[in-house]
Amino acid sequence: MDAKDILGLPKISLPVSQEKKSRPQKDSQRKPDGISREVYALTGGVAPLMPSIDVNQLKKRQQQPENEKITWEWLSFTNSARKDDLKLYHWVRVVNGTPPSGDYSFAKYNKYVDVIKYTDEEYEKHLTDPSWTKEETDQLFDLCERFDLRFVVIADRFPSTRSVEELKNRYYSVSRAILIARAPSPADVSGHPLVKEPYNISQEIDRKRALSMVLSQTKQQERKDAEILSEAKKIMESRMAAKAAQDAELAVTSNTSPEGMEKTTAPVETASPSNIQATSGVAPLMSMADNAAAAAASLRMLRVYLRTYALDQMVQAASSSAGLRTIKRVEQFLQELKVNLKPKVPTKAVCAEHLELRKEILTLLNLQKLLQSKEEGSSHREGSYTETPDTPKRGIDQDRSFIPDSVSFGERVGKRDQKRKW
Amino acid sequence: MPQNSSKNHSSNQQLDVTGPTPKSPRTKMVRSSDDNEKKNLVKKLKDIEISVPIVYGNIAFWLGKKASEYQSHKWTVYVRGATNEDLSVVVKRVVFQLHSSFNNPMRVVESPPFELSESGWGEFEIAITLHFHSDVSEKPLHLYHHLKLYPEDDSGSLSVKKPVVVESYDEVVFAEPSEGLFARVQNHPAVIVPRLPAGFSLPPVPAEDADKRKRIDPKDNPLTQWFTNFSEADELLKLAAARQQVQAQIARVRRQLSLIDGQHQQQLKPPSEL
Repeated sequence: MDAKDILGLPKISLPVSQEKKSRPQKDSQRKPDGISREVYALTGGVAPLMPSIDVNQLKKRQQQPENEKITWEWLSFTNSARKDDLKLYHWVRVVNGTPPSGDYSFAKYNKYVDVIKYTDEEYEKHLTDPSWTKEETDQLFDLCERFDLRFVVIADRFPSTRSVEELKNRYYSVSRAILIARAPSPADVSGHPLVKEPYNISQEIDRKRALSMVLSQTKQQERKDAEILSEAKKIMESRMAAKAAQDAELAVTSNTSPEGMEKTTAPVETASPSNIQATSGVAPLMSMADNAAAAAASLRMLRVYLRTYALDQMVQAASSSAGLRTIKRVEQFLQELKVNLKPKVPTKAVCAEHLELRKEILTLLNLQKLLQSKEEGSSHREGSYTETPDTPKRGIDQDRSFIPDSVSFGERVGKRDQKRKW
Repeated sequence: MPQNSSKNHSSNQQLDVTGPTPKSPRTKMVRSSDDNEKKNLVKKLKDIEISVPIVYGNIAFWLGKKASEYQSHKWTVYVRGATNEDLSVVVKRVVFQLHSSFNNPMRVVESPPFELSESGWGEFEIAITLHFHSDVSEKPLHLYHHLKLYPEDDSGSLSVKKPVVVESYDEVVFAEPSEGLFARVQNHPAVIVPRLPAGFSLPPVPAEDADKRKRIDPKDNPLTQWFTNFSEADELLKLAAARQQVQAQIARVRRQLSLIDGQHQQQLKPPSEL
């Protein structure tokens, strides 16, 4: 604005007022409700996409005290979880003079495990075991009850040294036997998890051993394992690919050259997942006819495809030997002939005709190029240099270009002879 | 005409009647006759392709007075058989993926007619995925269609009666179909099936109830009147004419080339006379 003053240019008032208008709008957008500016900036200055807290709920809690009178009192209470009658004191929120009722709110967390208690008779009848004495079993069960089936602790406290698995085994088999014995009929208890899936001590020992092995694996071992797994996967995949490639092979027969066949049959057994790519990788080295065969094979691999896609592939295969400029000229030609570049009704017949037309245009363009170069060649006297034949696609053309070569050389030789004669 | 395209496939017409290359002869003998039949149904017919011509596109109606800023057009995107035939013989379901601003942008249509109607204001690309029955193909096929609501000419007045119709023709080609599939679809009008070489027999397949098939008659669709009729005759004629022109030009250039070669031949003679 100062610059405009200096230059004496008239000030344009409109954009300035627009700026002022947009700024207060932005400010009101930026200013959030309810939280301070700095806190809002922590979120990146943008409101969250989903409101995480319902703002209405935040103000509710303050409404209640308007109706009632709240005082806090130091009162005693009893805890139903305790076995004695100890009375302790704590602060209690009293509403309108009446203290809250109900048990101590934390009493519900005092949980016990139902450890089975057996009589001596039952022990004699069902639970005798050669490796366990009655004393030990009793001790085990007592510890189980005291420690809520925390077997690690129980194993630690157990008077004689027994492993965790042995203790578990004894406990579960005893409980299971008692359950079955006490049940009125076997069917009633069959749903009980203890009966359905008994504790399998050997399996548990193996499992824990395997787990500890995995846990203690060094990084090297981990890497080795991963390598082996990935190699196994690759071998599986290559087997699948080899199977599929073999199927494709049966279809693509006489068009591929013999070397191509060898290349595809040889690497079937090696663990290389790029078999299919090998068959199509050989294709670019072959001539245009083989290009088409390779394209057809790849289409067959797809199994399901659109006709327009197929046409594109075939067109690409046919014009793969031509440069970009040539392709453009082909398209120009098509447009001059009033033919759509992509057929509007791509049926099988139409696509075939379209492809043939493109190929013919390519041939025509190549011939025209050849003709041009020949005409240039014949207009020069020392025509040998211009006779570099452009890379001909057909054998016939190649033959044709050789004859002019020899002719022009013949001319030169003749001239030299004439000179010599002088 | 179909003979031309067979040039692209290998010329080997031999069909492997004995079944796929047996990798484990032991297990083959163990298999019962039931399994053999199943294998035959699964066996692929080489060098044979079946194609299903489809048309996909959209029709859009301007809502006129009832149009609001966000719902100015009512449009239907669809996939249909080229001659309005029932596509459910090969297509299991069609999934239309709409713009993310729509509710539930992924719409699945499980039964014919495979179309989806919506109202909106914007043009965007719809990804159409065709899922086929398991005996047809495991992989789905993707099509893309740009939804068109407004007519080409900008000045064209929007009319409530005349909709904007944009359709694309294409053919879904199933290369090497299984025998079972071939037998199932060979008499269905939606599918183009080539003639099998002589001496080839297909396993019997329970014939589909013709009445059941026509249960959902696509011709009852009110949109049918707007469908374009795609005929290949027009294009074929144009292509044939173009080919003739090109061939004539090729002949001309070849003649010129041979003329020049003849001239060179003549020029060769004088030096040797000397």
